[in-house]
Parts: sequence; C-alpha cells; structure tokens
Amino acid sequence: MQTAVTNAPTRPPFKRRVNLFWRTVFARSYPRLIGMQREKSWLFFEIVLPFMVACSYVFVYKAIGAPHDYIGFVVLGGAMSAFWLNMLWLMASQLYWEKQSGNLPLYIAAPNSMMAILLGMALGGMAATCVRAAVIVLAGSLLFGVTYATANLLPALAVFLLAMVALYGLGMLFASVFLLFGREAWHTSNLLQEPVYLVSGFYFPIKSLPVWIAAVASIVPLTLGLDAMRQLLFAGSGAIGFLPVSIEIAILAVLSVAFLLASKWALDYLEMLARKEGRITERRR
Amino acid sequence: MSESLAIEAEKLGRIYKVRGAKKGEARELVALQDVDLEIGRGELFGLLGPNGAGKTTLIKILTTLLLPSSGRALVGGLDVVTQHGLVREQINMVSGGESSGYGLLTVRENLWMFAQFYGIDHATSYRRIDEMLEVVGLSDRRNTKISDLSTGLRQKMNIVRGFITDPQILFLDEPTLGLDVGAARDVRLFVRRWMERRDKTILLTTHYMVEADELCDRVAIIDRGRVLACDTPASLKRRLQRDAIFHIETSYLSSGSADGFAAIPGVSKVTHRHSDDRTAFEFLLKGEDVLAPVVARMTEKDAKILSLHKREPTLEDVFIDLVGRGLTDGENGHANGGH
Repeated sequence: MQTAVTNAPTRPPFKRRVNLFWRTVFARSYPRLIGMQREKSWLFFEIVLPFMVACSYVFVYKAIGAPHDYIGFVVLGGAMSAFWLNMLWLMASQLYWEKQSGNLPLYIAAPNSMMAILLGMALGGMAATCVRAAVIVLAGSLLFGVTYATANLLPALAVFLLAMVALYGLGMLFASVFLLFGREAWHTSNLLQEPVYLVSGFYFPIKSLPVWIAAVASIVPLTLGLDAMRQLLFAGSGAIGFLPVSIEIAILAVLSVAFLLASKWALDYLEMLARKEGRITERRR
Repeated sequence: MSESLAIEAEKLGRIYKVRGAKKGEARELVALQDVDLEIGRGELFGLLGPNGAGKTTLIKILTTLLLPSSGRALVGGLDVVTQHGLVREQINMVSGGESSGYGLLTVRENLWMFAQFYGIDHATSYRRIDEMLEVVGLSDRRNTKISDLSTGLRQKMNIVRGFITDPQILFLDEPTLGLDVGAARDVRLFVRRWMERRDKTILLTTHYMVEADELCDRVAIIDRGRVLACDTPASLKRRLQRDAIFHIETSYLSSGSADGFAAIPGVSKVTHRHSDDRTAFEFLLKGEDVLAPVVARMTEKDAKILSLHKREPTLEDVFIDLVGRGLTDGENGHANGGH
C-alpha cells in the first residue's frame, strides 16, 4: 500500500453529530407516525383489546369486594402495560425485522447513531402507545368512577417521564442484543412479555409479592414507576407501596443513567462483534 | 496519504466460520484472500466475478459492515476498522435486489428518510430526490407507496437512495440485478452521467460483462476470493488478441462428446452450452489454423455445423481465459481448460 492512514479524528465534529442525531430521530419516527394514519386497524387491536383485559381485572376486584383504589391500580397498570409492549416489540425486537427487511445494513453504513435510530423508533411508537394509554385511563376512569389525587398529578407525571427514560434505556440495551442474535433474541422477548406483567404488578400492588421477587422485578423500570405513581395518585395507597416514593424515584434515576450508558456501550461493542462475525447482513438466523 | 486514491486494500482477507449440519461441527470458508487494490478518485472501477467470488464480501468490508480477518483497507484515506464513523460520512451503497424502506411510505418519503440519516437538510433532500426521480423516470410514482412498486421500480428507487446523499465514494453491488433491459440501460446511463462530475468514485460489482465493459474505467476480475487480473477493459481484451475466437453452433452433441475438443492441440479454452436441439461452442484457439482440426473432429462426431463465426474478444473471454470457466458455468454450461 502506498499510503499511511490519516491521523484524522475517529468521529465527526460535535455540532454535526447533534444535527445528525435529531434528524435521524425524527426521520425514523416518521414511518410510525404516518403508519398510525394510514393503517387505522391498530385502533381496535391496540386499544379495544387491551382495555377489555383491564376490564376483566376490574370485575374480579369488584367481585371480591377489593378496596376501590384497586380499580384505579388496574386502570393505571393497564395503561402502563402499553409502554412495556411498545418497548419490547417496537424497539428491542425491531432490529430483528430491520435485519430481515434489509434496512439494518443501511442504518449501520450510514453516519447516524444507532441510539438515534432506536430513539426514533421509540418516539414514533410512543405516539400510538400514548393514545392507547390515554384512552384506557380516560375510559376506565369514567366507566368505573376512578378518582385521582389531583394535587399530585405533576409529580406523578414527572415519575412517569423518569420511568420512560429508564424503560427505553433498557429497550436500547435489549435492542443491542439483536445486532448479534436473531430469532434467539426474539424468543427472549416472547419469554419476557407475560412474566413481567406478573412480577411488575401491572394489575396489583407489588407489595403483595415476596420481597425478593419485588426487589428483582425492580430492575424493570415500570415496576417502581407504577408503584410510585399509584402512591402519588391514590390517596389511600401509601400503605401498600413497596418502597417510599423518594427512594423509588432515586432508584429510577440511577436505572435511567445506568441503562443509557450500558446501552451506548453495548451498541458499540455488539456492533463491532457483529461486524467481526458477519452478523449484520446475515438474514438466515 | 495519497490524495489521488479513493480506495486501497492491502493483503485483505476474510474467513467465515460456517456452521455444519451437526452441532459443534464448523468449518472455515475463505471468502477473500490477499486482495490488493488501488482505486483512484474519480474512477469507476468494476469488480467482475461469478456468484460467490468474494465481490460482496469485499464491498461489505469497504462499507464497514464487516471486519477483515487479515490485511487492511482504506476508504477515502480512512481505515475501515478504526475510523469507520468517518468512512461512513463519505460513502453510500446500493445492492441489487435489496428490499429496504417501509412499504407504508411513499417513494419520496422513503428517500427523504434515508437522506436524513446522512444529515441532509429538508430542502436539499427534496430537491435532489425530485431531480433524480426525474432522471430515472420515476417522478410520476413519487407519491406511490413502495409496497405498490414492481421490483424494477423499487430498484430504481434504491439507486436514487444511493445517489441523493451525494457521496464521495459509492458502492454499487449488482445494481441492475433483476432489472429489465431498458431499466438496466437507464441505470447505466445515469451512473455514467453522475461520474462526469469530478472526484466521485464508484466501485461497481457485477457479473454482467456488458455492464463492466460499458461502464468501467478499470476492471478487476475476481474468483474464489482472489483478484486474478486488474486493468482497463481494453487492455484486458488485448491479452487475447493473438488468439482466434470462434462461435460455432452444431446439432446436438452430448456432453461426453463435446468435452473432447479441449484435447485438440491449439485449443486454449472451449466452453459449450446445450439448448433443445443444438450445442453452442465458444473456442479460444491459438490461431485460425486450429479451426480445421476442430471442424474435422465435429464431422467425426456426426455433428452438423449450423453456424460459424469469428468474433472480437470480450471480457467474458478474458474471464474464461483466466478462470477456466464462464461466469454462469455451473448453472448451465461447461468449460474445459486447454493446455
């Protein structure tokens, strides 16, 4: 070879990277935002069916004469389950489909960041998910007479946002695994879906679970996020909270930072490993 | 670095570990071996080889999708292993038969989305998209969902996707695969026009000889992971100008009978293909005088000569001379090495 490698930096300038990041986020969210308008069948499958699941739990609690706050727990849990599914199937597992459809090599060979691609997927998917969650909360509250501690709405919203950051950080971490694996990782997502409904207490307070199970389940940000929101929104539920709200917020903040840093590292490392093993363009797995 | 080089490869190699049918059984497949290449800025360089020759593996390495097992490669003077982030700023790629994009989005929306991944502002993106859709004859389908496009139209969209980011170095991996003759011609014309601009480089892989001959400034012939020759198409063909190339069609000759021609003194290479009732031979002869024993042998085999003509050497002849078989052999033809 005639020449030596240039001593150029290994990354483009910061301003360029920021511009590229947000353009990528917006562009990758676009197919999902447009998809909501062009294929409206999701309204039935994504809203009506999950709402019916939440209703069934409400009627169980009514039948056994559980405290009225439990109905609020179910409505809130039903709404939050949408975010778990969104993270699991429209973010963590999405790279499997991108690999199958041939988009993944184009994402990798472009100068954009994979975190931006994943964030775009998440935000695009969240538009539909937020509609689903809002409909469940509104319809559930109106149908079953759920009342909320309105003074705590803003703190509850802050907890929700923090839980979302941590949840989608975890989603990015899961997604990085799909760079290396295909169908195997897909099975893992399948495996995680239902057990998390149970151990994260979507339809009951996690204090009902053995402490060690609740503690392990706290690695899923929705567990503590949901518990803290319930404590804030339902006046009489402080006694059945798993941990004090301030501690749950602190843990969520730590999880947010940890998952985002870990996902950045994992995306870089697993991309390198996938390039080494030739997995990025391999579709047969 | 030398400013004049867009792509450099030195002793580049890639070995795949292939899993066997039984658990724990693994073997190694050498996809690239000691590949040396130097491609200048502004050059349209062709990689010519049959399926499985290593063309796509080389492109994957150069586009930072795959790490080499040995050697090193520079794209735009940047190392594809350690400076992949910067390499990606300079390149784009299009593969034949790719199914990228989202079916729910229109042609224009998909192209806009991919342009955003390169940080191109909206106005510039839309301007380039509209210009290029016009050039490839797709402007009337700009608002069609890509799920409603035919394979050929979708490939045209993919080709536009590669060009709208105005990359310094573009990798086209079998870009006309699956296109009809007219669409392939449009694409070649478009590529040629784009290359008229200074400092743009294209690395094109193809197994269509005409495409390589018509488009490329230089061509490397690659087979089984090795570069066998690298030169301009004209220089490659000049290698064979001392020889005589004859195309002879005869009545049907069984493969066993047809294989015997390679043994005739003066026959450098011979390939044959069967159709329903005839056999078509391509002879590379050391001189025109070798034709007489060839025809005599055909007469001995009771083959009726239906047509015979001499022609100028093509890149396919060069390929056969170097590799010992045709590009599509193994699928529908045979070749025999001479002496």
